[in-house]
Amino acid sequence: MPVDYLKETPSQTAGPYVHIGTLPAAAGLPLRTQENLHVLAQGAAAGERIRLEGVIHDGAGAPVKDAMLEIWQADASGRYNAPGFSGWGRTAADFKTGEWFFETVKPGPTPWRDGRLQAPHVSLLIFARGINIHLHTRAYFSDETAANEADPVLRAIEQRNRVPTLIAQRSTRGGQTVYRFDVWLQHDERETVFFDM
Amino acid sequence: MSGDFIRRDRAWHPPGLTPNYKTSVLRAPRRALLSFEQSIGEKSGPAFGHGAIDPLDNDLIANFNTGAPALGERILLHGRVLDECGRPVPHTLIEIWQANAAGRYRHVNDGYLAPLDPNFGGCGRTLSDAEGRYHFLTIKPGPYPWRNNGSDWRAAHIHLSIFGEAFAQRLITQIYFEGDPLIALCPIVNTIPDKRAIDMLIARLDMGEMAPFDRLAYRFDIVLRGRRATYFENRTEGA
Ligand SMILES: [Fe+2]
Repeated sequence: MPVDYLKETPSQTAGPYVHIGTLPAAAGLPLRTQENLHVLAQGAAAGERIRLEGVIHDGAGAPVKDAMLEIWQADASGRYNAPGFSGWGRTAADFKTGEWFFETVKPGPTPWRDGRLQAPHVSLLIFARGINIHLHTRAYFSDETAANEADPVLRAIEQRNRVPTLIAQRSTRGGQTVYRFDVWLQHDERETVFFDM
Repeated sequence: MSGDFIRRDRAWHPPGLTPNYKTSVLRAPRRALLSFEQSIGEKSGPAFGHGAIDPLDNDLIANFNTGAPALGERILLHGRVLDECGRPVPHTLIEIWQANAAGRYRHVNDGYLAPLDPNFGGCGRTLSDAEGRYHFLTIKPGPYPWRNNGSDWRAAHIHLSIFGEAFAQRLITQIYFEGDPLIALCPIVNTIPDKRAIDMLIARLDMGEMAPFDRLAYRFDIVLRGRRATYFENRTEGA
């Protein structure tokens, strides 16, 4: 007999009312109205201030308007859980348009298992009605060409035409640096890479 | 940095595509998930302190009180958070949300005809203690209808979100109640292929923790991904 382990509690969809428990003000409750969990770049946090934004599309191309998204990232010098920068954020897709965004700092490179560097990236989890277990992807940055080419995860993706689905596109809007990261849950060519890690 | 997390058993969890739950059809990726080993980002996660949490946050009977307690069957929901290796998971954030006793959510997008309860918000959170224990006071939610196959009914449930100690352990699920005949009929419950896995989502009536002339109790233990020991791992991650 192999060694016995407990089994993980199975996932269930977060459903359409996920906001009540995670972002109550977005659900319309008069609770935690001061919370700004989509703003990670607070106070004196070092690094380039960026806006990371996008829309999640379903298999018919329609925006997913009831998703809840979470990010987890290193600070500008590549440290997780660094003092003064939590690295964690949460937001809701807009109920009318499906647009979501975070205001954060661009993370630094972080170590891979063997000491090589991973290119700067933000980990992103997607929860929504119709998604039975959350989806995990990564947003890399379009201006980090050399680092992206050396990134151990991006390099290991066999279908090279899928790599661009993980690259957020940089632009400037009203003096602010914006990275656009549109997600395609289901698509013949553009389906976003999701991880099992 | 400690060891890797045990691989997620994807055959135990519901698959992405579950046609009897119609919304999944256009929201499930068609391609296989890409498997990679974990790096520091997957093996770490946010830490939440007591600072942000109000003492009433885990009491849904009282935390939206506008002059009276919430209506419904009063219950204690409690249990332990363990990992697959049986270790307690302490100080982790647990968030819950639920419909009221009539099956109606306090959410701008819920239009079910059942009434709102002016004294019930349906939002709670807590941290597990040093031994991984947690508890909430709440009311038993009502079942509610939804479109799917033309008024399907959700089994009564409480939604639960939990972080664990690392992003790799992040989990959102739903808690059902022992004895509910709607569990067997619920298309969302039945996205889970294995009966034993469904069983893990059913809170058990716990008469030992019942409070006389006050409330019943249900027990619900949570298991997160386990973490391997680090015997032969390389030490390049800042060990
Ligand atoms: Fe629900």
